[in-house]
Amino acid sequence: MRALPAPFSDWFSRRGWQVHPHQQAMLDRAQAPALLLVAPTGGGKTLAGFLPTLTELADGSHKGLHTLYISPLKALAADIRRNLSTPVCEMKLPIRIEDRTGDTSHARRQRQRADPPHILLTTPESLALLLSYEDAPRIFAGLSRVIVDEIHALAESKRGDQLMLCLARLARLAPGLRRVGLSATVEDPAAIARFLARNPEPCEILHADPGPDPDIAMLTTEEPPPWAGGGGRYAIPAILDEIRRHRTTLVFHNTRAQAEIFFHHLWLANEDALPIGIHHGSLSRETRERVEAAMARGELRAIVCTGSLDLGIDWGDVDLVIQVGAPKNVKRLVQRIGRANHRYNAPSKALLVPANRFEVIECQAALQAVREHDLDGEPRGPGPLDVLCQHILVAACSAPFDADDLFAEVTTAGPYAALARADFDACLDFCATGGYALRAYDRWQRLMQRDGLWSLRDPRSARAIRMNIGTITDAGLLKVRLANRMGGQPLGEVEESFAATLTPGDTFLIGGQVVRYEGLRELTVEVSRAAGREPKVAVFSGTKFSTSTRLTERILAILREPSWPDLPDHTADWLALQRKMSRLPRHDRILVESFPAEGREHLCVYGFAGRNAQQTLGLLLTQRMEATGLHPLGFVATDYATLIWGLNPVTDPAALFDRTALSQGIETWLQGNAVMKRTFRGVALIAGLIERNHPGQRKSGRQASFSSDILYDTLRRHDPGHLMLRVTRQEAMRGLVDFGRIEAMLDRAGGRIDHLRLARVSPLAAPLLLEHGRIPVEGAGRERLIAETAARLMAEAGLG
Amino acid sequence: MTGHRFLLAGTTLAAMPSGALWWADHALLAVSDLHLGRSDRIARRGGTLLPPYEVAETLTRLDADISRTSARVVLCLGDSFDDLAAAELSEDHRLWLTRLMAGRRWIWIEGNHDPGPVDLPGEHLRDLTLGPLVFRHVAEPAARGEISGHYHPKARIAGAFRPAFLIDAARVILPAYGAFTGGMEATRPPLCHLMMPGAIAWLTGPTPCALPLKGR
Repeated sequence: MRALPAPFSDWFSRRGWQVHPHQQAMLDRAQAPALLLVAPTGGGKTLAGFLPTLTELADGSHKGLHTLYISPLKALAADIRRNLSTPVCEMKLPIRIEDRTGDTSHARRQRQRADPPHILLTTPESLALLLSYEDAPRIFAGLSRVIVDEIHALAESKRGDQLMLCLARLARLAPGLRRVGLSATVEDPAAIARFLARNPEPCEILHADPGPDPDIAMLTTEEPPPWAGGGGRYAIPAILDEIRRHRTTLVFHNTRAQAEIFFHHLWLANEDALPIGIHHGSLSRETRERVEAAMARGELRAIVCTGSLDLGIDWGDVDLVIQVGAPKNVKRLVQRIGRANHRYNAPSKALLVPANRFEVIECQAALQAVREHDLDGEPRGPGPLDVLCQHILVAACSAPFDADDLFAEVTTAGPYAALARADFDACLDFCATGGYALRAYDRWQRLMQRDGLWSLRDPRSARAIRMNIGTITDAGLLKVRLANRMGGQPLGEVEESFAATLTPGDTFLIGGQVVRYEGLRELTVEVSRAAGREPKVAVFSGTKFSTSTRLTERILAILREPSWPDLPDHTADWLALQRKMSRLPRHDRILVESFPAEGREHLCVYGFAGRNAQQTLGLLLTQRMEATGLHPLGFVATDYATLIWGLNPVTDPAALFDRTALSQGIETWLQGNAVMKRTFRGVALIAGLIERNHPGQRKSGRQASFSSDILYDTLRRHDPGHLMLRVTRQEAMRGLVDFGRIEAMLDRAGGRIDHLRLARVSPLAAPLLLEHGRIPVEGAGRERLIAETAARLMAEAGLG
Repeated sequence: MTGHRFLLAGTTLAAMPSGALWWADHALLAVSDLHLGRSDRIARRGGTLLPPYEVAETLTRLDADISRTSARVVLCLGDSFDDLAAAELSEDHRLWLTRLMAGRRWIWIEGNHDPGPVDLPGEHLRDLTLGPLVFRHVAEPAARGEISGHYHPKARIAGAFRPAFLIDAARVILPAYGAFTGGMEATRPPLCHLMMPGAIAWLTGPTPCALPLKGR
């Protein structure tokens, strides 16, 4: 065991602290090429990561950059700088610590390149930018450690894939570089270790004491939860009681819109005027920072929030976490629960609030899973090629490269360990020539091979490439401002597609206030305050998660039980009634009910495949029904079922589930689908086919760029085998389309489809009749809508 | 001939769902802002390598409109080329254009992107007056009976943007005809100031339709 050097042991004892066993273990294994520390929130994880660095730098002999710290959040980088400065100052260590993010001034960034600090705290995007400079070899020459914080979060997204490509580059610039990953509790630490390590080197995994089990329960309310819908409005009185009983409560929601609506009604019911704030990713930075500061000062009793508070910053004294709506994913729930009692060895306290009757079962399943430490997660698949394309362009900005060398380097990154040379070559060809079947750019290639090395044909293009570094492509966000002469106070952001549905006079919620849409100016949504009115909508969505496969299996297991003493009576009675009137769905069969209701024929398919897959299933089944003359009119999907209505009864549902036909159906359907276009836009932005930012971009109202949909349609017509379409398809199938889970559902059912013809709606199907998000099935639906709306507007204007 | 028929300065014109304008009296087909060679120009300047199919896309549509109408006169209303260098089309495309020009009058009006004669047959003009109508690239606020392009107007309906003709008693502004062209919302200045009360936007695309321009 390595003893702490004197200044450190003195400092610990002055504070009455002891080195945690996992902090000691990190010191003992400081020379390991790769280490992963899995520790719960509040376990002194960050200090454990930095202790070896501080001890190595204590004697002042190291020149230049020693440790690079990467965090997914800019705010976290700044926060860690402040936290580290305390011990460094108190021990009078000769260590310079700086952060570098998109918010760092130009002058400071220039200086950091010329004279790097000992410890640099940054984000994956800022690191990629640093690596794009010609002087990257000099900046990183002496680098000896890199710490990746919240690596479990980064590993779930393309940001992590990009970061690992950057680490592969760093390992080349600084041989002997050691890697440390800091992770919250995850289901498969070995996968994160493979992600982090330099392939094929090993990565040791250290587990900190997970601390006591959380104190977690379902919130019981006098009023039972509603049959359908989300948001948990019914529970507001009970939640206010809990807020009163605790110091600081975090109230998590699954979507931003739900957080807004909930906050609005919570505020109306808040008769004691408890100080309560709201925090989510669509709010402006100014607004978020105000809430964060108030929270750090302990001035807020509760914060209504979304995933934006999932990660690491140590805010104040949270002693209760409330999750409104089923958690959908146990791992995320456990990480959220860890936000309460951000101190070691104190149990976290959490309450689950089911938003509707079915979610009672889902919350019950989640409670079981948390107690049994059974975390879930879907494996992510190999590193995506659009990120690799960007990496190749960025590499060309820094220096000419040899293709064989770069391929060898890239395959040392965990996510790209199994990358095929043919795929690498396709990416390189895309970067150089566009990769089109029609070889049009021989004269104007982006990358040229000279003397065996690839470099930018036009060195000036480096600027545009650097301006577009990054893999976050939150599709078309527009700023929201209060309209006034001065340009107005920023309130936050909404999705472009949401803004497009607004007409002047519409009201919606943002930052907890009701605002009136006035108009679109430049790329800003102008609004005015509309006090006290019921908002029309707030559907700037934020992601809708699907319930994880693991949690779904638990739900199905609960449904199989003979009785349900652990569930509230209202829910147990409901399930018993379903068993009597129809059947309960089973893991190894697909239950299909058909019945008349509200003058229409209905078909309910209990696939338990998650919202995205059930939605895709709805599109595919209605397409087949349309073809066989069953005249479907619409459908609605939840995490567990799809309900289809139409004019004719379905007599043979098994025929609808023919696997070959479904697979063919998806090919046709994918072609013109909006999901594909949206996915394509993200892929094209990351791979550098289209640019978000351009040097000298004019700010005129004239759109210099055109819609990526045009490119998508053009490629589909002229070049259907193009790399960008291939990547788009792979991604959509895994993500929003989620066809994989439809296939898994068909596999586990193995053709066992139970069709029950009922005289009326079954208890389990009834809530679906009330569900929001009904999708009309009309081949020419949109076109018809356009024609009708136009006729109406012309008539209103007297021009018809 | 499907499309939207309307009167301008006493003449009957028709806006076509493709984005072209048809003047039956003169068998004249007008198209604006083809921006041919756009992807080539972006690539030449070291930018991204867009799918190089946009010239073929645009010429395919123009070809179809010409054969459908049997136009005797084709008038390109400026910004036909993304810049003067982009007018050096590939041999295939040059032949294609030459074939389209054969046997009819062809007029290139100059635009801000292509301010000068290009090395192609046809008449090269700053503007053209024909009967009561004047054709020019950029609209002039005081003009009457004017047909112009330049702004790439588009309008929004039911959540979708469509390129649109803007039509009032004094003028018509044509949508961009080229495949890779963005657009400007018809409700923004200066577009909205150019149009008079009672103006309509006629949206092109699979379901063409007219919308009132003001008061929305």
